Amino acid sequence: MKLQAVSDDEPRLGRLINIGLPYLWLGLFFLLPFVIVLRISLAEPALTQPPYTALWEWVDGMLEIRLNLRNLQLISEDSLYLQALLNSLWVALVGTLGCLVLGYPMAYAIATAPERQRVPLLMLIILPFWTSFLIRVYAWIGILNANGLLNGFLLWLGVIDEPLKILHTQTAVYIGVIYSYLPFMILPLYANLTRLDRTLLEAAADLGCRPWCAFRRITFPLTLPGVIAGSMLVFIPVVGEFVIPDLLGNPGSLMVGQLMWTEFFANKDWPLAASLAIVLLAILVVPFVIMQRLQQENEMN
Amino acid sequence: MKGRSWPLLSVLAFGYAFLYIPIVLLILYSFNESRLVTVWSGFSLKWYGELVHNRQLLESAWLSVRIAALNATVAVVLGTLAANALVRHGRFRGRTLFELLLTAPLVMPDVIIGLSLLLLFVAMQQTIGWPESRGFTTITIAHITFSLAYVSVVVRSRLLRMDRSLEEAAMDLGAHPLTVYLQITLPLIAPALLAGWLLAFTLSLDDLVIASFVSGPGATTLPMVIYSSVRMGISPQINALATLIVALVAIAVLIAGQSMRRR
Repeated sequence: MKLQAVSDDEPRLGRLINIGLPYLWLGLFFLLPFVIVLRISLAEPALTQPPYTALWEWVDGMLEIRLNLRNLQLISEDSLYLQALLNSLWVALVGTLGCLVLGYPMAYAIATAPERQRVPLLMLIILPFWTSFLIRVYAWIGILNANGLLNGFLLWLGVIDEPLKILHTQTAVYIGVIYSYLPFMILPLYANLTRLDRTLLEAAADLGCRPWCAFRRITFPLTLPGVIAGSMLVFIPVVGEFVIPDLLGNPGSLMVGQLMWTEFFANKDWPLAASLAIVLLAILVVPFVIMQRLQQENEMN
Repeated sequence: MKGRSWPLLSVLAFGYAFLYIPIVLLILYSFNESRLVTVWSGFSLKWYGELVHNRQLLESAWLSVRIAALNATVAVVLGTLAANALVRHGRFRGRTLFELLLTAPLVMPDVIIGLSLLLLFVAMQQTIGWPESRGFTTITIAHITFSLAYVSVVVRSRLLRMDRSLEEAAMDLGAHPLTVYLQITLPLIAPALLAGWLLAFTLSLDDLVIASFVSGPGATTLPMVIYSSVRMGISPQINALATLIVALVAIAVLIAGQSMRRR
């Protein structure tokens, strides 16, 4: 009650600055740009500077509005774009599942480790995140190459007779995605697992539920919010990933982020790049809303 | 808890190996005399020698560091204000949108952020004549936009866990809210501010995609130089650079760990 009374006569200026400044910044540099992307996606490419036409013009007292819907039509009809979109969703799905399969047991092992070991173990998960992402992806080129370390190792073991082609395949992209995004899966899972009420597991054990049964019926359902949160943190950015498929992937099966890059930098077709961004955004709205809901529910508890 | 089972421990070991083997190999091969990864032809520091004489790389590194430092500083201020707003101001009008705007940059693909900001800068230049050219300023603005969201997450969790009794005591003694904030709240959340600053600095130093979109001729950041040399294939100079970055991070973590322990 006391705090409430104080904050009532607290200068409104503080409130204005706290809310207003970040709001203004994000409104101007994060929200407004999307409106402009939407506008440009309906323009036509042109050989002008900047390379797109105006949407409306005053000609002799007449307002001329020209909306170009050909890009959306192109994206929905041309198999290049459809395949890139499907491929992106597929890579994001495989990457997310891979992170989950590897990340869940890791998070579980860390969360059940003796208390003193948990922080160092967690630090080791976060540490690679602090070194350059680009360089860490690049490291895989040397490993997955035809004459790279993985092939050298497998040949030496005698498992294979001739080098496997891994670099510039989908497999390399999956490896790169799992490698780069694993920490984003482990952190929310760990946070969820450490909050788990252990007495429930003891009760289950007392009632004759064996460890696997306890995991399936108690631990996993209770950590589902962490699973979903981690999955979204991996899935959403991976759909638009550029660096990993560009350095490790097969040039024959592009992801949508690469297409946007090419349309923009190589073909200078800004309206088409903007249209791809709009389509990508529309696809990502659903997982994003799920994530946002979950976060708000989390805060209420 | 029962003793941990060996399958779990072996997955954990595999996971750490997966995370660290690429980094260890980069470091190892930065000292290799040969260009080839599979051939070890002897210990050599020649790639480090080439690195310090690579003017383009050094200039871009300096540009990146300046952008990263300015970005981190502004992002800490804005991100802290945003965290204050979320933790201290309850349900204000437009809070849902505010939260959305603070969460979206965390997951939004870089290509979308980069393209949309570039189109904004171009539109602004056409209508108000600013920014005149793209480079340092536009990259920094773009980086602040996503960095502030990360900072707000870090600072917010600290504000939520913080003990408020000192603030209450100061207010009871009649201190002005601003005085309370500057003299009590800020020192208490200082570790989060530092962590947020370092995070924003790293994120900026690491960004290739967004910077490529919003940059102009003449402003080449370090990731752009790394990217163009990496596209050509293996480059031992990049291995040397990676080793230096890992060493810097390791030192920073050790110092941070030591200072945490002393608290």
